[in-house]
Amino acid sequence: MAFFLETLFGGLMAGMLYSLVGLGFVLIFKASGVFNFAQGAMVLFAALAMARFAEWLPALTGLHNGALVALLAFALAAVLMGAVAWLVERLVLRHLVNQEGATLLMATLGIAYFLEGLGQALFGNDIYKIDIGMPKEPIFVLDSVFPGGVLINKEDLYAALIAALLVAALSLFFQKTSTGRALRAVADDHQAAQSIGIPLNRIWVIVWCVAGVVALVAGMIWGSKLGVQFSLATVALRALPVVILGGLTSVPGAILGGLIIGVGEKLSEVFLGPYVGGGIEIWFAYVLALGFLLVRPQGLFGEKIIDRV
Amino acid sequence: MNKKIGDVILDVRNISLNFGGVKALTDISFDVREHEIRAIIGPNGAGKSSMLNCINGVYAPQQGSIRFRGQTFTHMNSHQVAQMGVARTFQNLALFKGMSVLDNIMSGRNLKIKSNILWQALRIGPAEREEMVHRQAVEHIIDFLEIQAYRKTPVGQLPYGLQKRVDLGRALAMEPQVLLLDEPMAGMNVEEKQDMCRFVLDVNDEFGTTVVLIEHDMGVVMDISDRVVVLDYGKKIGDGTPDAVRSHPDVIKAYLGTSH
Repeated sequence: MAFFLETLFGGLMAGMLYSLVGLGFVLIFKASGVFNFAQGAMVLFAALAMARFAEWLPALTGLHNGALVALLAFALAAVLMGAVAWLVERLVLRHLVNQEGATLLMATLGIAYFLEGLGQALFGNDIYKIDIGMPKEPIFVLDSVFPGGVLINKEDLYAALIAALLVAALSLFFQKTSTGRALRAVADDHQAAQSIGIPLNRIWVIVWCVAGVVALVAGMIWGSKLGVQFSLATVALRALPVVILGGLTSVPGAILGGLIIGVGEKLSEVFLGPYVGGGIEIWFAYVLALGFLLVRPQGLFGEKIIDRV
Repeated sequence: MNKKIGDVILDVRNISLNFGGVKALTDISFDVREHEIRAIIGPNGAGKSSMLNCINGVYAPQQGSIRFRGQTFTHMNSHQVAQMGVARTFQNLALFKGMSVLDNIMSGRNLKIKSNILWQALRIGPAEREEMVHRQAVEHIIDFLEIQAYRKTPVGQLPYGLQKRVDLGRALAMEPQVLLLDEPMAGMNVEEKQDMCRFVLDVNDEFGTTVVLIEHDMGVVMDISDRVVVLDYGKKIGDGTPDAVRSHPDVIKAYLGTSH
């Protein structure tokens, strides 16, 4: 039982990271109808930027306080993601207004390759560390219930806390502020949003900024656990099933979808793996997504697509 | 009806609009005076909605100019037009379906909300007071349109007639100087039409809002508008009071046909 709980917990942690990447997809899709293939590249780019800024800052400024450096590096990387958002709107999206979804998808694919290349050209292509001072030691909980207790990484708990804070901040932003209302308005109807004085271009920059910051947080947590390297860009592929499962237009869907896939992967690997020779973790998410596409294509929480003729 | 009609607020001069080889509008000129209800009528495909979309900045006409309170705009975005004080409703409802009635109407006040985003998120200081002021204005509109019971309902779940009211409410929340209504009575039953007429007249009366109205329903137009523009195949064929327009031979031929 303790082993089951440990596996479950490990799954939740992995799932949370998938959720964060999925959230980036959902934010951009909701507000602009663009399926942003570059979300994974943004995670890589942001994480690389933060890792390298944290490396360069002490030499440039003489600061040696670890937490302060990490914070500054985070802020700088966030600003950089803002600049990326602005450039994407300026150079790409603005020229593709009213184009087919497939055209925009291809454009984001281009952005993905560009960002991957640019990130590695600017920041190098080794494996880098992000150290945000999270404690590494494991703790044991519930040892009164199970002999030996359940092993949990403190680091994971902190990561979960950061992710929860991010989601809380995002929902405050979306539900309580006029900008959030404008974003939801644009997501529902472009023309109507413009008619009440909401400038589309600015909204798109804001959305890509928010998605950039979400990518940065995902990259930061992932990077501090496993290091920053090129393979980060492929987490986007792991997050695709998440948004299919949760629904492309639903923020809670992205979160729940991520957790379901994280947990499902780990549990099936550990408990079913031995019977089929292992390796379930690699394909589990995709098979689940495939099943959903057949049965419930809009996902758990997505809007049902009704074409009125 | 005894109201004060003011100076020209919206002046449309020689507007021509083509889509490729299709001439949607040819050399259209008319003006709208402050506080009046101005109707644009015409058969299907006459260019009524195109005209409205030109005024609203959705389409950029190839020729001509539109002056609003002395400022010319030919190539402007919808949101800039909105910032100048022109609000609109849509023929095929363009509400924010995922949001409640309250949020939809509140979104109409987005331009007026000035406080800092962080304060808004945390509901502190000036943001709280500002929110209250706007909320009051929105409640006033909700009362006015008699949709109190549906405040928290997602608009997608409301019947069509009520959605049209929310559309109007969102536009009113902007406190516009000119209100563009794109077929506000389309697809409504008699009772709903009467309600909508009453709202349009009350808006005009109570807030002094200038109304530009596109409508199919001749009865409605003749009853509530001060002056009428008649379009046919993208050309203006009549302009004047409802009575003058009604008796104009070209208009009868093009639009009224055998109904008289």
